[in-house]
Amino acid sequence: MFRYYLKLGWLSIRRNPLLSALMVAAIAVGIGASMTTITVNYTMSNNPIPHKSEQLFAVQLDNWDPNQDDPSSFEPPDQVTYTDAMALMRAKKAFRQVASNRSGLVLEPENPDERPFSVDTRNTWADFFPMFEAPFLYGSGWDEAADENMDQVVVLSQAINEQVFGGENSVGRSVRLNGMDFRVVGVLKEWLPMPKFYDVTNGPFDPTEEVFIPFTVAIEHELPRNGNTNCWKPTDGDGFEAFKASECVWIQFWAELRNEDEKREYMEFLNAYVEQQKELGRFPRPMNNRLDDVMEWMERQEVVEEDAQVMMGLSLLFLLVCLLNTIGLLLAKFMRKSGDISVRRALGARKSDLFRQHMIEAGLIGLGGGVLGVGLTLLGLKGIQSLFGDIVDNLVGMDWVMVLTAIGLAIVSALLAALYPTWQACRIMPASQLKTQ
Amino acid sequence: MEFGPIWRAMMRNKTGAILIALQMAVTLAIMVNAITIIQERAQAMSRPSGVDEPNIFYILSIGFSENFNERLAIEEDLAALRAMPGVANAIQTNSMPLSGGGWSMSLQTEPGAGIEGTGTALYFIDEHGLDTYKLNLVAGENFSASDIEWREPADSGWPQKTIITQALAETLFPDDWRSALGSTVYINDDQPMTVTGIVERIQAAWNGWSGVERTMLVPQHTLFGSTNYVIRAEPGMRDQLMPQVEELLASNNKDRIVRRMRTMDETRERSYRDDAAMIKMLTFTVILLLLITSLGIVGLASFSVSRRTKQIGTRRALGASRSAIARYFLVENFLISAAGVVLGAGLAVGLNMLLVEAFDVDPGSLITLVPLAMLALIVIGQMAVLGPARRASNVAPAVATRTI
Repeated sequence: MFRYYLKLGWLSIRRNPLLSALMVAAIAVGIGASMTTITVNYTMSNNPIPHKSEQLFAVQLDNWDPNQDDPSSFEPPDQVTYTDAMALMRAKKAFRQVASNRSGLVLEPENPDERPFSVDTRNTWADFFPMFEAPFLYGSGWDEAADENMDQVVVLSQAINEQVFGGENSVGRSVRLNGMDFRVVGVLKEWLPMPKFYDVTNGPFDPTEEVFIPFTVAIEHELPRNGNTNCWKPTDGDGFEAFKASECVWIQFWAELRNEDEKREYMEFLNAYVEQQKELGRFPRPMNNRLDDVMEWMERQEVVEEDAQVMMGLSLLFLLVCLLNTIGLLLAKFMRKSGDISVRRALGARKSDLFRQHMIEAGLIGLGGGVLGVGLTLLGLKGIQSLFGDIVDNLVGMDWVMVLTAIGLAIVSALLAALYPTWQACRIMPASQLKTQ
Repeated sequence: MEFGPIWRAMMRNKTGAILIALQMAVTLAIMVNAITIIQERAQAMSRPSGVDEPNIFYILSIGFSENFNERLAIEEDLAALRAMPGVANAIQTNSMPLSGGGWSMSLQTEPGAGIEGTGTALYFIDEHGLDTYKLNLVAGENFSASDIEWREPADSGWPQKTIITQALAETLFPDDWRSALGSTVYINDDQPMTVTGIVERIQAAWNGWSGVERTMLVPQHTLFGSTNYVIRAEPGMRDQLMPQVEELLASNNKDRIVRRMRTMDETRERSYRDDAAMIKMLTFTVILLLLITSLGIVGLASFSVSRRTKQIGTRRALGASRSAIARYFLVENFLISAAGVVLGAGLAVGLNMLLVEAFDVDPGSLITLVPLAMLALIVIGQMAVLGPARRASNVAPAVATRTI
């Protein structure tokens, strides 16, 4: 019967090609608009490290200004000071922990004819690579000893390894950064956590850094920083030592805690640490330490852009308009068929048969709208890319989940839209229609 | 005249009418709120940065080698740049208006910790700064060459003089912004600086900041390792000068690299790219929406005409004129639209409140926008129904006789 109804539906669709085309187009446009915005929101709220996101915690310590206007609603800073970062790194109370910050260095190629160029850099610790599961093409990250000894080691991105060493295994070779020689210990594979959860402060949709060097080396040689720095009170005195001792926050701190017990213990440790710092005259505000896992952190830092949310809301309303449109058109179409329906009823078809037949017809229209809608979504994403430029390159890919969602949404929408018209069509009294034939 | 019969006829078959009315209501709600957002963004984009945008470009210089003598480099670079033909003036600074990255501090009119200060953006310039940016000095005087000091990365002290924008003066001295001139303001809680000049406007680096026009200028050269050179070209010379400047800076000192040379025009474009994109997307959405809605009206009206062919024939046979038939459909559509836009006005206000509540959307001027949008939708509805109405008026009276 299903195939017979499919055939009937197809015939019916072909009988009013214009009306059918209008319905398919309305659904397709509605799906296209909403799926475009849904895709952008979906990527922005993507879980960048799904199987581990509940074991990685952003650490917040509230060292901020006691005079901040409303103490109750105030969020602790999203980064930590050098003093606290070092204290937590040295304490090693978590299974793994990493303090890191963004920087930019100048790389001088060995060939003197090539001009030096700048590279996005992350100053970090040994735990960074296993903790965030950075995949290696060659070699590996450095070990804790390298952090302690301030070894001048470096991990390169695949692209930089391609550019500097032509893509060959460069482990053991040397790279000159800001006039210092660094030994390559590892080369990463293509790695693009999206959003870049470990540093949402400096651009959650930025590409991954190009080189990674030990934090301790960057501090020792006072290498430049170029990430966000936030201070609430003046530094005591001039120079880098004064800056290191200041209450300025500029470091992202993450801890890996494998279960609730570890999390609770770590929180206790943090509270004890802040308590002890309070005795030294720091942390003037009430105790307010936080541990947020990856997805909680994204939420708290409002990683999904407001514009994207507004557009998604408006486009879903747009889909509603398209569906109202489709309901009206389907109603018109089914009413026009009241003669056919009456004949079928008179010949013994049950209401449920007619219901099934017309829902199948609507499903076909939905399928058409869905397939066309996927095409329009791809077009819409291209449009977004051309409007926003390269900054959204990582946000406008449509994966299989999104394609299937689009088609599913279209069919469900069409079936929902068809419910009322179909019900109306099934209610037709055969006698009233057959009289005038 | 015919409202009564038309209304009663419509009520006998309300579903189609309700669907159109609902569709128009939601369309109106989306349209009004989209236009509100468009207006808000367009308003933000139209604010002037205060600098001579068409002629200004800048380039980043990053020193990297141990031998890099930054102070010497800056002195040599500025001398070379200012001597270049086609260059009106040039300075060295830390950041640019609308560039997205910069420095901010807090200023207060009384010394002491714990006093709520006024957030302000900060640019380090020398005595050529005002001329390079072509700022309008409305009170006081420019810095002189002897005012300019050198600043190391982690210095905590501040020079004695500062020039501030009128917007900053208005915030610090709300009673009379002119009284800011000669007054002492405090930076870092208690370090005094004297306001020696007030400029009309120079925007901060962040266009979304509510204090975007609150800016202070500090008479210092910075030794931060990386620095921006800002160049104002003689009118018409900018594009020709840019490659020359890049080549000059790249070749005269091998201990640094230069990158990211940008015009102010490009900086503005990048700064407002999200807003421009939002405007385009919303405009497109509204147009598409109106198209869909009018097609829906055409579709349903056509259906209703073809269903009533016999009825129309009968009316014609009984003496109704063609225009009376066409009018029937126009009036019917008017009634539906009127109901739709009244409902839509409510929805539009509701959606607006929701957006204002949930996001930082400007409420906009709904009082003028809503009636205008209501009127526009009614006109669009009438236009959409015009075709089917004309077809109805062409139904021959003879149709009435056919199947009886």
